[in-house]
Amino acid sequence: MSATRTTAGARDHARAQGGTVVQAMPTLPASAWAAPPEGVAAADLTWAEVVGGGNYTNKVVARGTTLRLTDLEGDACAHLLVFNADQPWERLNVADTVKVPWQAYLGAGHPLLSDQGRVLATVLADSSGRHDALCGTSSRLRNEQRYGDGEAQGPSPAGRELLLLAALKHGLGPRDVAPSVSFFQGIRVGEDGALAFTGSAGPGGSVTLRAELPLVVLVANVPHPLDPRASYTCSPLEILAWRGAPTAPGDPLWTASPEAERAFLNTADYATARGV
Amino acid sequence: MSATSVVDGTVTSDDVVPARAPWSAVVPAGHVLSIVDLGGNQAVDCLLYHAHDTSERYSAADTIAAQGNIFLTTGSVLRSCEGRALMTVVADDVGRHDTIGGACSKESNTLRYGHHTRHQHACVENFLREGAKWGLGKRDLVSNINWYMNVPVEADGTLGIVDGLSAPGLTVALRAEVDTLVLVSNCPQVNNPCNGFDPTPVRMIVTDPR
Repeated sequence: MSATRTTAGARDHARAQGGTVVQAMPTLPASAWAAPPEGVAAADLTWAEVVGGGNYTNKVVARGTTLRLTDLEGDACAHLLVFNADQPWERLNVADTVKVPWQAYLGAGHPLLSDQGRVLATVLADSSGRHDALCGTSSRLRNEQRYGDGEAQGPSPAGRELLLLAALKHGLGPRDVAPSVSFFQGIRVGEDGALAFTGSAGPGGSVTLRAELPLVVLVANVPHPLDPRASYTCSPLEILAWRGAPTAPGDPLWTASPEAERAFLNTADYATARGV
Repeated sequence: MSATSVVDGTVTSDDVVPARAPWSAVVPAGHVLSIVDLGGNQAVDCLLYHAHDTSERYSAADTIAAQGNIFLTTGSVLRSCEGRALMTVVADDVGRHDTIGGACSKESNTLRYGHHTRHQHACVENFLREGAKWGLGKRDLVSNINWYMNVPVEADGTLGIVDGLSAPGLTVALRAEVDTLVLVSNCPQVNNPCNGFDPTPVRMIVTDPR
């Protein structure tokens, strides 16, 4: 006779699963994370999660939050979309993110700009150097052609399908899933415009971002669209976040360039007027 | 039949878009849109939408990734966010066009040039106002195409809008693969070389080649 034939049996069965630990899961509270970054108090952690290859996560984070993404095994690829949590029609604009700083490649000090001339997030540190702001993420069609399937719950989920699910959980929809940036799998542009895939910098690479406004953060961990490997290859991504303060006057980032200074001024102007 | 139209057939519309102005039209599947740079070096900012479901729209990223190159020219398939073909570049007198530089906006102008440009006209103003005629809004604006704009990327990643490669009368022609809503801003920017610091009119010719 089945142990779950009664409500009591089903309840016992469900409750017996509590406390199971797997690699790809959130840790709650985040302060229970076993290994806070150096110099960070466990109590300041606000997000601790590992996202498996072919999966996604989403979170709203406060202004000033520090967010660290780590490629644990060397084959993660973190596709990121960020929105102003107060008005999500303001979102990452990848064109302005490369055009305004006069730089196509993401690295330490690079701002992730919104379509409103403001800084949504700043790249504080980068030990990987293999990133991309031009190719976006994978579509279901592309993954069907590459791997035979691109459905979110299939064996080779497309980044757009996962980012769409993440967006839907914030009341957003297909129109909000604009071009994304990706971390840990690089590309380079030749003189003739041709793209070369440079792949991963290896296990342990990390990127640290600072939220300059309250953000909706969507992350899909899927192979880069130009990853040439025949098999769908993607390894776990670690996400840690902790409390902090937004970039302020006096910080070298504030005056790193005339464009950066005006972007921070615009961001502070918005936050002051809005009262956030 | 216009001398500057690159395909034979019946011209179904022929518009001159004034300097700094927007333009839009649905180009039916199989028809060809020819964009003529009348004055030379005039950036034509362009977005594409599936006419029957505008949530499927041009994706610079999918287009770049699929062709493995950042420049658009003859043979480039202009793909949607779902990876499907919306239009194909069937002729190009220039050789390369941009799709990484995005559109100018009043907001980004403050970053690039200073807050004194905050009240100058910009492409996003044209996209928003013209798109509203079709029920489109702020959330529908994504990275666009810049016909006739020249944005090289150097070895260290430095990129920028530099002097154009176009000249008066040069044409790029796009065949619609599905019924496609084409939204255009004839770029009003005067703070960088994308329009030769002098915005000029462009001509939009739609031809039914059958």
